Amino acid sequence: MASLTAHALRKSYGGREVIAGIDLELRPGECFGLLGPNGAGKTTTLRLCLGLTEPDSGTISVFGMPVPRAAREARARVGVVPQIDNLDPDFTARENLLVYGRYFGMSDARIAERVPALLEFAGLANRADDNIKALSGGMKRRLTLARALINDPALIFLDEPTTGLDPQARHLIWERLRQLLAQGKTIFLTTHFMDEAERLCHRLAIMDRGQVIASGSPRELIGAHIEPQVVEVFGDGAEAWAGAHGASLSERCEKTGDTTFCYAHNIGPLLQDLESRPELRYLHRPANLEDVFLRLTGRDLRD
Amino acid sequence: MSNATKYCALPRLSWRFIHVWRRNAMVWRKLAIPSMLGNLADPMLYMLGFGYGLGRMMPDVFGTSYIAFLAAGMVCSSTMMSASFEAMYSGFSRMHVQRTWDAIMNAPVTLDDVVIGEAVWAASKSLLSGIAVLVVATALGLAQSWLALWALPVMFVTGIAFGSLGLVMTALSPSYDFFMYYFTLFITPMMLLCGVFFPVDQLPQALQHAAAFLPLTHAVALVRPLMDDTVPPGIATHVGMLLLYAVGGFYGALALARRRLLT
Repeated sequence: MASLTAHALRKSYGGREVIAGIDLELRPGECFGLLGPNGAGKTTTLRLCLGLTEPDSGTISVFGMPVPRAAREARARVGVVPQIDNLDPDFTARENLLVYGRYFGMSDARIAERVPALLEFAGLANRADDNIKALSGGMKRRLTLARALINDPALIFLDEPTTGLDPQARHLIWERLRQLLAQGKTIFLTTHFMDEAERLCHRLAIMDRGQVIASGSPRELIGAHIEPQVVEVFGDGAEAWAGAHGASLSERCEKTGDTTFCYAHNIGPLLQDLESRPELRYLHRPANLEDVFLRLTGRDLRD
Repeated sequence: MSNATKYCALPRLSWRFIHVWRRNAMVWRKLAIPSMLGNLADPMLYMLGFGYGLGRMMPDVFGTSYIAFLAAGMVCSSTMMSASFEAMYSGFSRMHVQRTWDAIMNAPVTLDDVVIGEAVWAASKSLLSGIAVLVVATALGLAQSWLALWALPVMFVTGIAFGSLGLVMTALSPSYDFFMYYFTLFITPMMLLCGVFFPVDQLPQALQHAAAFLPLTHAVALVRPLMDDTVPPGIATHVGMLLLYAVGGFYGALALARRRLLT
């Protein structure tokens, strides 16, 4: 049975359709990523799946339980790492876990049994009795992740789990998420970091304007939507060069900021051309998810 | 189902509100002593300042000293203040600033449980404030009756009423600044109109009628005789009005909180 299914979901706010008919299915044990620019409807989708808001139409089921009708029962079996930090600032790390466990109806004894392992998992065993205010951003995120595991959930929702973290802290979170996947947990992740999605997710759906516009494994998406080779050309003469030479030597050239991206299956001739132009700086790399994302959602700024 | 109908659905009561109550109590315990002293300072200053200062110049009010008259008013106003502050400033911190409510609702606890937990917590805290004033008044010999123990349930219901009305404001408020209007337009007039400092019947007729619709009037009308060893007249009306505010306020707070948070 799927861990989560959503069918034909729709949700509008004040006449504006935020979720415009999406279907999702999470298989047990996979990491599923929901990608999209700001305002694409990612967080609303999570809120719908948790039963915190009702869809205008469509159906959701979590472990076979209908949401929102049985949302409370469904939430007993999931863990949530929200986008905005909401640890209890009045409590220590240990107290945060204790109080959160009580919301699940767990006895203090049972929570106390689980806490040491969770603090260990968060790398906070020696900070157990520190106040939250004394913890760094990365520590808080890890504690929030540990808090989401207090009820030993089979499915974990993470809403942009590494936004605002430094590279070391992000890598540590990713490593912990891989541990959870190895334990057989199912993960539902939203992110706008393509490297995060590429590293962690088995399957992804790219959302834009309330719809899923592409889905598949990272590799499938790259294969299906983009040429395999990319050359990024920077600097003053880049735009002029792209118009005069780049466009004809590649299959597609696109400009973002002061960088020109040239895509091709056979990139050799274009590289040869650039070799002879020392005034232009460039970077040759294989296509990645970010290229797919920008191609599908456009290069305009989203606010 | 339209949104309005959805938000106004009857509350779904459950014992899970206890988890929310316990969380707040656990935070309070860390600062219990300063918090209690803080709650006590204001009513004590009024009572001693006005009671002894003004009381010297005044004849007895209904056969009791002015300070004893004032003590009963202070028990009620301190209950009102404590519940209002908790539901608004602290409640708004938990709902909006710290997002504690969001965290709780990601667990198998509903918004209904949270709002009940907050209302009962505000009432519990206000009950403690009322008791503190009552204890001091008793120590000063201003309440000498076992009947005064009946003031406790009155304070609790008063606490639910003002806690719920405070939560209505919290659910509507964009920021802390908004609460000043409520205090200026609602709480301060009640301090002056509801019989805390002087009997309601000293007011012009029109204001007396207005006072009869304010919840604090009914709390004072019950607590003052009880502290003076008298069974209050018109119990049913006073209890009825307090319950009306408690139930109505709670229902309003819940509907508005649903509208704000469950969209």
